[in-house]
Amino acid sequence: MNSNQSTDKPNIFTLGPLEAGPACCDPQPAIQVRDLSLLYDGMIALDKVTLDIYQGCITALIGPSGCGKTSFLSAINRLTDLIPGCNVTGKILVHNQDIHHPDTHAQTLRRQVGMVFQKPTPFPLSIRRNLSLPLNEHGITQKAEIAAIIEQVLRDVGLWDEVHDRQDVSALSLSGGQQQRLCIARALALQPKILLMDEPCSALDPLASGVVEDLICRLRGRYTIVIVTHNLAQARRIANYAAFFWVSGRAGQLIEFGRCQHIFESPSHELTAAYVNGARG
Amino acid sequence: MIWSKRNILFPLKLTDSLLQGILRAGAVISALVMLLISLFLVVESWPVLGQISPVRFFTDTSWHPLEGAYQLMPILAGTLYASVGALLLAIPLGIASALFIVYYASPRLAKWYKRLVELLVGIPSVVFGFWGLTTLVPLINQLHPPGASLLAAILVLTLMILPTITLTAYSALMAVPAEFLRNAIALGISRWGMIQGVALPAAKNGITAGIILAAARALGETMAVLMVAGNVVQYPETFFDPVRTLAANIALETAYAMGDHRAVLFVSGLLLMLLVMVLSGIAGLLEKQRHA
Amino acid sequence: MHEVRNTHAWQILRDRGVQFLIYASVLLISAVFIWILVDLIRGGIAHLSWEFLIEPPRDTGRAGGIAPILVSTLLILLVAVLTAVPIAWTTAILLAEFVAVDNAFGKAVRFSLHVLAGVPSIVFGLFGNAFFSIYLGLGFSILSGGLTLACMLLPILTSTAEAGLRTVPNTYRTSASALGLTRTAALIHLILPAAAPVLAAGLLLGIGRALAETAALLFTSGYVERMPDSLLDSGRALALHIFDLSMNVPGGDTPAYASSLVLVSLLLCINILAMKFAHGLQRRKIMT
Repeated sequence: MNSNQSTDKPNIFTLGPLEAGPACCDPQPAIQVRDLSLLYDGMIALDKVTLDIYQGCITALIGPSGCGKTSFLSAINRLTDLIPGCNVTGKILVHNQDIHHPDTHAQTLRRQVGMVFQKPTPFPLSIRRNLSLPLNEHGITQKAEIAAIIEQVLRDVGLWDEVHDRQDVSALSLSGGQQQRLCIARALALQPKILLMDEPCSALDPLASGVVEDLICRLRGRYTIVIVTHNLAQARRIANYAAFFWVSGRAGQLIEFGRCQHIFESPSHELTAAYVNGARG
Repeated sequence: MIWSKRNILFPLKLTDSLLQGILRAGAVISALVMLLISLFLVVESWPVLGQISPVRFFTDTSWHPLEGAYQLMPILAGTLYASVGALLLAIPLGIASALFIVYYASPRLAKWYKRLVELLVGIPSVVFGFWGLTTLVPLINQLHPPGASLLAAILVLTLMILPTITLTAYSALMAVPAEFLRNAIALGISRWGMIQGVALPAAKNGITAGIILAAARALGETMAVLMVAGNVVQYPETFFDPVRTLAANIALETAYAMGDHRAVLFVSGLLLMLLVMVLSGIAGLLEKQRHA
Repeated sequence: MHEVRNTHAWQILRDRGVQFLIYASVLLISAVFIWILVDLIRGGIAHLSWEFLIEPPRDTGRAGGIAPILVSTLLILLVAVLTAVPIAWTTAILLAEFVAVDNAFGKAVRFSLHVLAGVPSIVFGLFGNAFFSIYLGLGFSILSGGLTLACMLLPILTSTAEAGLRTVPNTYRTSASALGLTRTAALIHLILPAAAPVLAAGLLLGIGRALAETAALLFTSGYVERMPDSLLDSGRALALHIFDLSMNVPGGDTPAYASSLVLVSLLLCINILAMKFAHGLQRRKIMT
């Protein structure tokens, strides 16, 4: 994939291949979740979720706090393995591969399923090292190759023009929005098929948040994106599909899942209607 | 600091000014102790510093203080070898211990192991020396006589500075934010990859400060080294040769030293103190950088 | 498009190797620690008895007990603690409660104590010998040994006390001032009681440090092993007794083992007690 795509609109991200990428929202499931339940110390946190996430689309997870959206997200790349006392039942297929199958190595899975967190967390290293560390860890050690990847992903997230001449300064010197884009670039460097985003804009100021939101839209098609957001307007703007979670008792449940338009304009469940219209939650 | 605005918060009453007076007096005494120590070391060293050129510490033929020959180099070399050797052993072991507590052990095991290291701090140096003398020295003697040697000094010093390195590295690693680690794992980086790539670089300053403190401790340690090092003034050729360190030299000779000899010992004490002060100064700066 | 290679076999191997090394280090350290403890216990337990604690030493310590040595140790400790505590704690109160963090005088005192904390114990010994024993004419005595140790204890007592006072929440101070209390009253009735556990922990750590000290006492408190008559008498501390028995008395190993056992048990008790007093954050600040 070459990155020096011509851009007729000069001040937008040089994310050329997108236009030529796969047609958005092929109804091909990238992630198939079947009867997924999550228990923390025996307490049910997420109750029997079944859902398909479609390839190349942006799927927004919405719902009130504590309804298990983030837990659901961490189950997809098995970050739940790290939480003591957390038990996952049910099945998750990522590109038809069972992620809990003994042959599936967690690190290989996490390479295919990137994740971006709420708080921008660049490592306290240089910008270059932030991007090269995960590559080294995954066996890419040739300098020229790494430099090429770094340039490509920095262009993808629109940071290249801002930082290409100071890649050796500490990543902590970047602004909040730049830090978050660096984190996205870091995830992209590993060529994931899927990106999980846990409220990626909520710790940023509105301007930076807008930039990151634009970026997410531009990644549509090339990556399957699952995004948790509390910002309903944002979900409405960027998502193709939306999943509405609700908490009853302690356990989170999936109430409704469908095309974004359907969820926001003609929801079939009254809880969904109440939530998206601001009456509940 | 709330107290800095004292005039707004508290009217200065008589008892308060009395108390402040007492407190200031205490603080002045505290501050004076260091001055007094420096002063007396310099005064006692003066006969030598004034009359004998310090160059003689490096040019005299040997260390025979009773005959007025003050070649300090073999003793300095012995001090350096013992400290550096102990550091080379204690740094990997200490950092491994800290990594074990923070990233590898179960919470229960980590608690117990940390407690063990903390208790190791509490064992007095004379007991380490005694144990080295009765256990290590005979063992080394079987390997290669005489037993009381540079190697014995290095091993005993290693045990003594290991807790310092472990505990400072532990607190530096604990201060690494959990988000870094979560992000690293989400990138599919393995445990060691995360430690090596993220945790250790992030904790670098704190760990270095601990190592420097440990170095200062090794340089100044007296009793344990005195008991196991053999105390022969010579350049050691192998690990099995006995050596004498600066601190041990002071402990051995001060009791009978007179005149210039005594002054030379005070000069070496002054030297030792300056060395250690510089090291702990650097460690302090690193700590400050970390908190900034 | 770059290819992300399948590398986890190599990664697993490397991680296992590192893990093995770390576990091996930990096992080694634990084994040596247990080795030392077992050695001390095995060497000393047979010789340890009630008589050992209450009898005077005979035959330069080869036989008999350690009673006068325990008394001397206690006296040296008392002198050291009684001198150091008032100075250290007043300094700490001044630093934590009465001067701003960036006050020049406070900075100077803190710096001086920081430097003092790094001074090797043998240098304290030299200073004590020159100042207390010779200049002040106290000779080789419990008093000069205790005063030398007091200088050594100043930094640790001050820094623990200051850390303890700083953990007392500021709301105590604001509410006391809102009630119109003088600062003296607030200090005595609110702040010091709240900081008491940490002060106690610091005190215990200081006592432990003093108890373990040998080098600073070599040329200050002297070697004499008989029961001291006064504070101006020479007295041999327990740690020094161990040193003397093992280095200068052939055949003194068994009583040296027993004395070490006594010393280490005392120190273990003191340190465990100190840890109990200082939990969590305070503990991290104090112990490292």
